[in-house]
Amino acid sequence: MFDFLKTVLDSLWALLLSLWAFLITVFPFLQYGFMQQAILAGIAVGFLASFYGVFVVQRGMGFLGDGLGHAAFGGVAIGILFSVEPLWAAVLFTVFVAVGITWVRENTKLESDTVIGIFFALSMAIGIVALSLTPRYTQDAITYLFGSILAVQPMDLYVIGAVVVVALATHRLWGRWAYATFDREMAMADRVAVKREDYFLSLLIAVTVVTSIKLVGIVLVSAFLVIPAATARLMSRKFSTMTRLSIVIGVGTALGGLFASYYTNTPSGATIVLGQGVLFVICMIAARAFITLRKRPA
Amino acid sequence: MSVRLDGHYALKEITCHVPVGDFLAIVGPNGAGKSTFIKVMLGLLRPTSGSMKLYGLEPRSVPPDWIGYVPQFKTMDLTFPAQCVELVISRIRRRWPWSSLRKDRATAIAALEKVGAAHLAERQINALSGGELQRVFLACGLVRSPRLIIMDEPATGMDIIGQKSLYQTLEEYRKETGATIVMVTHDWGIAGHHATYVLVLNSALISFGPPAEALQNKHLRRAYGHVGHPMLPGME
Repeated sequence: MFDFLKTVLDSLWALLLSLWAFLITVFPFLQYGFMQQAILAGIAVGFLASFYGVFVVQRGMGFLGDGLGHAAFGGVAIGILFSVEPLWAAVLFTVFVAVGITWVRENTKLESDTVIGIFFALSMAIGIVALSLTPRYTQDAITYLFGSILAVQPMDLYVIGAVVVVALATHRLWGRWAYATFDREMAMADRVAVKREDYFLSLLIAVTVVTSIKLVGIVLVSAFLVIPAATARLMSRKFSTMTRLSIVIGVGTALGGLFASYYTNTPSGATIVLGQGVLFVICMIAARAFITLRKRPA
Repeated sequence: MSVRLDGHYALKEITCHVPVGDFLAIVGPNGAGKSTFIKVMLGLLRPTSGSMKLYGLEPRSVPPDWIGYVPQFKTMDLTFPAQCVELVISRIRRRWPWSSLRKDRATAIAALEKVGAAHLAERQINALSGGELQRVFLACGLVRSPRLIIMDEPATGMDIIGQKSLYQTLEEYRKETGATIVMVTHDWGIAGHHATYVLVLNSALISFGPPAEALQNKHLRRAYGHVGHPMLPGME
């Protein structure tokens, strides 16, 4: 029995190795450590952003990605100024801003957009002041603005991995977030802890945004959060389908974009988002064509 | 009980008691605190002073399955990608369904059948008319077999036939299960016809009692300022 199991595992391992050999022959760049890291990070943040993106899109909070991206910039700049690892500074600062946005939105009568706009500008201002106070030249900051395949470090992978673990461990919250997205009051009446779970969702979106900016860049991170979910929305009649499709699109475009960015030597973030934009337009045209076809009498 | 919102009284010193198994209609002009009253019942707001008890319990400690709430559709996101049957299932599970188990699906379809909306099960919620949507919401309210049904303007967007079957369904459910029904309506004709108790509100309590007593003209005049031409049941 044990021998049999060992034979099966051995042959599976051999199969994986030959698959890897094949992939390396077709895509030689897969041998490079930096490319492996970028691709692992791409798959993970592609998954996270498109999964949480469905709530961002359906709750009409597209601007939140922009706000949190720029909050991350503030955090990175503070990190650079005080010679702290920018990733940690960005995570802390962005989570703080995300919780702040959620708190102000719940405790004042201001619209979401206004609240995000205020935090957006404040974080940018803090970031600019911090950078101007930094005595040395800061190439780092530019990398964070536009993202780069070369920027992903093992440390980033650990953090992203931890977020993925948290996301998988809390997957049951999907149904409750969705319930509250559809009818907040109903969910509250049904004793769903809507407010607490909203804070948790903001926190996860914040960490997702921060971990995405190394690859995607601050400028484009909100597109990365919104486009896969919006594309999925065009083609789905159920929220579960929308979520599944969004994840497929998010992971697929992140991978495709990274490959394309290697061959064309273009920045990874812009390449991924361009791909997502093209896919969005194609899906929109296809969805409209489908509706017209269905309406036509047989 | 009183509720203060933003410094003014949304409800002021309301006292009433409705026996289990009765049908209470809450009427009053816009801004009379009808929805506030419902929010207190659902445990979404706490009274500033006084208290409300449902089956002898604080609203927040009533098990959620006891209550079938039929909300107004203006509070919800109608662009949400959902089929009607999913909406009903979400009320059984108190979370949105990732996939529908056969048992939940059967329960949901049965509830839709009860309100004559089984044919809408696979339809998208954003493709429904106001009346169809209200019928689906009623199915949502009934699906957990609640002992208390709370409805906020359930007849909105319904035609006369839809309204008639709505009240018939409610009456049948009440007779079958002995459930209590609380309904907010602006239509005092309907209130007088179907309810066993009527509460007339205008922030303060105007009148409370059996319909014939609570809906006397002098009370309505106090609640609404002046009463125009008399209304026929079902007319708006």
